[in-house]
Amino acid sequence: MSSDSTASTPYLIRGATLPDGALTDLVLADGRIAEIGSGLSRAGATVVDAAGLIALPGLVDLHTHLREPGFEQSETILTGSQAAAVGGFTSVFAMANTSPVQDTAGVVDQVLALGERAGYVTVQPIGAVTVGLAGERLAELGAMATSRARVRVFSDDGFCVSDPLLMRRALEYVKAFDGVVAQHSQEPRLTEKAQMNEGALSSELGMVGWPAVAEESIIARDVLLAEHVGSRLHVCHVSTAGSVDVIRWAKARGIQVTAEATPHHLLLTEDLVVGYDARFKVNPPLRRREDVDALRAGLADGTIDIVATDHAPHPVEAKDCEWDAAANGMVGLESALSVVHAAVVDTGLLDWTDIARVLSRTPARIGRLSGQGQGLIVGAPAELTLYDPAASRVFGRGNLAGKSANSPYLAMSLPGRVLATFHRGYATVLDGALRPAAEIAAVGGRTHG
Amino acid sequence: MARTVLNQADIARALTRISHEILESNRGAENLVILGIPTRGVVLARRIAETIQRIEPTATNVRVGSLDVTMYRDDLGHTRTRTPSRTLVPGSIDGVTVVLVDDVLYSGRTIRAALDALGDHGRPTIVRLAVLVDRGHRELPIRADFVGKNLPSSTAERINLHLLEVDGDEFVSIDGGPPGGEHPDGVDTEAAS
Amino acid sequence: MRHLLSTKGLSQGEAIRLLDIAEDMADVADREVKKLPTLRGKTVVNLFFEDSTRTRISFEAAAKRLSADVINFSAKGSSVSKGESLKDTAQTLAAMGADGVVIRHPASGAPHVLAESGWIDAGIINAGDGTHEHPTQALLDAFTIRRRLHRGAARGKGLDGVTVTIVGDILHSRVARSNLWLLTTLGAHVTLIAPPTLLPMDMSGWPAESGFDLDAAIDAGPDVVMMLRIQQERMNAAFFPNSREYSRRWGLDDERFGRLAPTTIVMHPGPMNRGLEISSAAADSAGSTVREQVANGVSVRMAALYLLLSGDREDS
Repeated sequence: MSSDSTASTPYLIRGATLPDGALTDLVLADGRIAEIGSGLSRAGATVVDAAGLIALPGLVDLHTHLREPGFEQSETILTGSQAAAVGGFTSVFAMANTSPVQDTAGVVDQVLALGERAGYVTVQPIGAVTVGLAGERLAELGAMATSRARVRVFSDDGFCVSDPLLMRRALEYVKAFDGVVAQHSQEPRLTEKAQMNEGALSSELGMVGWPAVAEESIIARDVLLAEHVGSRLHVCHVSTAGSVDVIRWAKARGIQVTAEATPHHLLLTEDLVVGYDARFKVNPPLRRREDVDALRAGLADGTIDIVATDHAPHPVEAKDCEWDAAANGMVGLESALSVVHAAVVDTGLLDWTDIARVLSRTPARIGRLSGQGQGLIVGAPAELTLYDPAASRVFGRGNLAGKSANSPYLAMSLPGRVLATFHRGYATVLDGALRPAAEIAAVGGRTHG
Repeated sequence: MARTVLNQADIARALTRISHEILESNRGAENLVILGIPTRGVVLARRIAETIQRIEPTATNVRVGSLDVTMYRDDLGHTRTRTPSRTLVPGSIDGVTVVLVDDVLYSGRTIRAALDALGDHGRPTIVRLAVLVDRGHRELPIRADFVGKNLPSSTAERINLHLLEVDGDEFVSIDGGPPGGEHPDGVDTEAAS
Repeated sequence: MRHLLSTKGLSQGEAIRLLDIAEDMADVADREVKKLPTLRGKTVVNLFFEDSTRTRISFEAAAKRLSADVINFSAKGSSVSKGESLKDTAQTLAAMGADGVVIRHPASGAPHVLAESGWIDAGIINAGDGTHEHPTQALLDAFTIRRRLHRGAARGKGLDGVTVTIVGDILHSRVARSNLWLLTTLGAHVTLIAPPTLLPMDMSGWPAESGFDLDAAIDAGPDVVMMLRIQQERMNAAFFPNSREYSRRWGLDDERFGRLAPTTIVMHPGPMNRGLEISSAAADSAGSTVREQVANGVSVRMAALYLLLSGDREDS
C-alpha cells in the first residue's frame, strides 16, 4: 500500500463488514464518506482490502489523560494521540488534570492546538470544574465554553467535586451552554489513604479499603442534585454493582444522567492485587466479580451509556515500587477495543452495533462533539476504523504506542486487532502500523487549513 | 548389586568389642560421656552405653547423649537446607572423656564439625572417636580410635548402613554404584542419605 | 525456604519444622557458648522503614548468634522515603552483597515486592508490613504457646484443639493476621474480639470466629488470651470514644483476668499499654508469657534466618 497517500488521496475500502453484518465497499474522499455500496471503484484511490474486517465508526473516548502540559514524561498530546489512533480512536476528550490545570480558556485552547498539530485524532479538551481542581471555587466555565476549544464537558477527574453546594452550582451553571459535569464519584473522607476495593481481600492483605459506598453515595447525591436543578450529569468510571442500581433508578425517574464504564472495570477483578503488582492499582479500584458482571449487564441494558478508557499513563518509577507509593491508573487506549471485545462481545452481551454506539455515537453526543460519532453514512466525516475480530494476540509492550507501559494487559491474551484507522479521510493507522508523525502532521495540518 | 558385609550379629559383636576397648582405654567407666552423632550415631552410642553398663554393672551413670553438627558443617551453602537434629549433652563435659560415635567415617568433615560443636559445649580432657565402619578417603587429618570394621571402598561405591531402631532392619552392605556415582560433596553416607 | 513473607503460605509441615529448629536454637541459649558458626560470612541487613527497636534488636541478636554480619539500615526519615526509594535501596543492598534482608515497612506488601522485583537476590524476611503480616511474631507466639503446653516434649507437635482468643485492634493488626493463619494451620481455633469498628469489614475468608463481647469470650474459657496493643491515634479517628471506654469493654482488667482459669496463657506482643488493654496484674501473672515471648523471638528468628540463608539458594 502506498505510504504517500495524503488527505487528497481517496481510499477505496473493499469488502468491509458493517457493524450490522452487511458487506460493503466504502469510498473516502475529501474527508468524508463519499460512497457506500458494493462493487465500488474510484480512480486513483488507494485500495484497502477489508475482507473479514469490521468497519466501525471512529471510536470516541470521553475520558483520556494526555498529561500535557505538565507531565510530558508520562505522555504528550502527540504520543497520546498516537496511542488513540492505534486503538481505533479518532477523537479523545483530554482530562483537565494537567499542569497548569485546564481551568482557563488559554490552557484548553493550547491543548486543542497541540492536538491539531499532532493530527492523529480530534483532541477535545475537558475543562476543570473548579480552579486548580481544588474544589473551592468554580473555574471560568463560560470562558472555556466560548473559547476556540468550545468546551462542553467539565470535570475535576482525579478529584471528586465533593462539596454539595459547589456541585449544585456547577450543574446549574453549565446549563447556560449545554454543558455537562463529569463527576469522579469518590467521597473523600470515606476513601482516605484507600488502596484497593474494600472487602474480604483488602481485609486479608491489610490494605486500606475503598468502599463501594463511597462511590454510590456520591452518585446518589449527584443524580438527586441533577434532578433538582434540571441539569445533565455524567458519571465517570462507574465501578460497583450498587452504582449501576442507583443510575438505573435515576434513569427510570427521568433524570438526565449518563454513565461510563472503563474497559478494565469490565474485565479485571480485585484478585489481581494479590501479587502487589502496581500495574493493577487504579482509581476507582478493581472490584469483585459481582461488580464486573453488574457493569456488563448495565452496559447491555443501557444503564451505562458508554465505555471510556480513563487512559492514565505513568512513568516506570511511579509503578515500580511498593503498592502504597504507586500511582493510580492504567493506559488503555491501545487495548480498549480488544478488552471490550473480550468482556462484552465474546460473552454475547453486546453486538458490534452496540459497540459503535457505546464507543462512538453516544460519547460524541454526551460531549456535544460535532464531526464525530455520526456513524458510517454517506456524507459523514470519514472517521472510521477497521478491526479484525478473528485475530488474537498476546498483548505486549510492542502493542503500546503511547509513552508509558503501565498496561494491566501485558502478557495477557486478547482478541482482535485494529488494522486501520481513518481520521478526516486520511489513514493514521494502516496495515496495523501507525503512520509516522511527520506524514500525519503534513496531511492533518492541511485539513485544518 | 548390594553385597552384605556385616549382618546383625556381626554388628552386635563389633559394638561389644568397641565397648570393651573404650573401657580398657578409659580404665573403667568413670568420667565417661558417650555422644552419638545423629541419626544412627545416636543409636550406636546408646547401645555402646548399655553394653558398657552390662560389662561394668558397678559403674554409676554412664552418660550418653547426642551431638548434632548441622550448624557447624562447612557445606551448608552447597546443599539443600538441612533439618538439624536435637543435641542433648548430659551435664557438663568439662574434664571428662568424651567418646564421639558415628556410623560411617568417610571424609572426616562430620567429625571436624563435631569437634567444633563439642568445643562450644565445654572442655573435655580427652575426645575419642568410635565408628562402626571406616571406609577410608579421609579429606582431613582425622582418624578413629575404635573401629567396628575397616571397609576399603572406592569412592564410586556406596555403603548402606541400616539399624533396627531407624530402618527396621540391620546390616551393612556395599553397592557397586554406577561410574561417577560418588557423592559429589564427599559427605558421609549417613549425612547424604 | 527462599523467603518468609507471610504465614498464610506456610504449610503445617514447614511451620512445625521451623518451630522445631527454634527449639534447637533455644537450647543454644542455655550453653556456655551462645553462638553458632552457621552463617559465618553471610550478611544480614535490617532494613527498617519504621521504628521498631524491639524487633530490630531481636533480629540483630538472632543473626549475630548465627555469626552473620549485621548491617542496620534505618530508612525512616531519610530523604528517600517514597516512590523508587525501595528499588534504589534494594539495589544498594544488593551491591553490598546482602544475603538476607529483614524488612519492616509501613506499606502492606512491600516485602513481597522486594522479593519478587528482581532488584535483589537475597532472602527476604518480613518483619512487619503495614497492616498485613508479621510472620516471625506469629511464629514466636506459636512457639511460646507450644512450649507452655508441652514443655520439653514440644518438638514435632502442632496446636491441635488449642483455643486462642485475640483481643483488640484486629483491623490494623499484622500480628493478628499472621497469628490467624499460622495458629489455624497448626490446628488451633481462633476467636477475634474487638469493637465493631476495629474488625475488618469483611472476614468471610478468615478461618476464625469473631465477636464484640470480651466477657463472653472470657467465660468461654480459652486456653490462650492474646491482647493486642491499642494505638492512641485510633481514638482520634473515631474508632472508639476514649481509652476509658475501650478499657472498660475490651481491656483485660483484674476482674476479667480473675475469671480466667489459672492455666490460661496470657500473651501480648508488646509494647504494652498497662491499664489500657491489659492490667499490670494480668501482665505480670504466672500465666503471662510476655517476657518469654521476647526470649523466644530470638530463637524463632534464628530458625528463620537459618532456613533462609543456609541452603544452596539456587536450590530453594
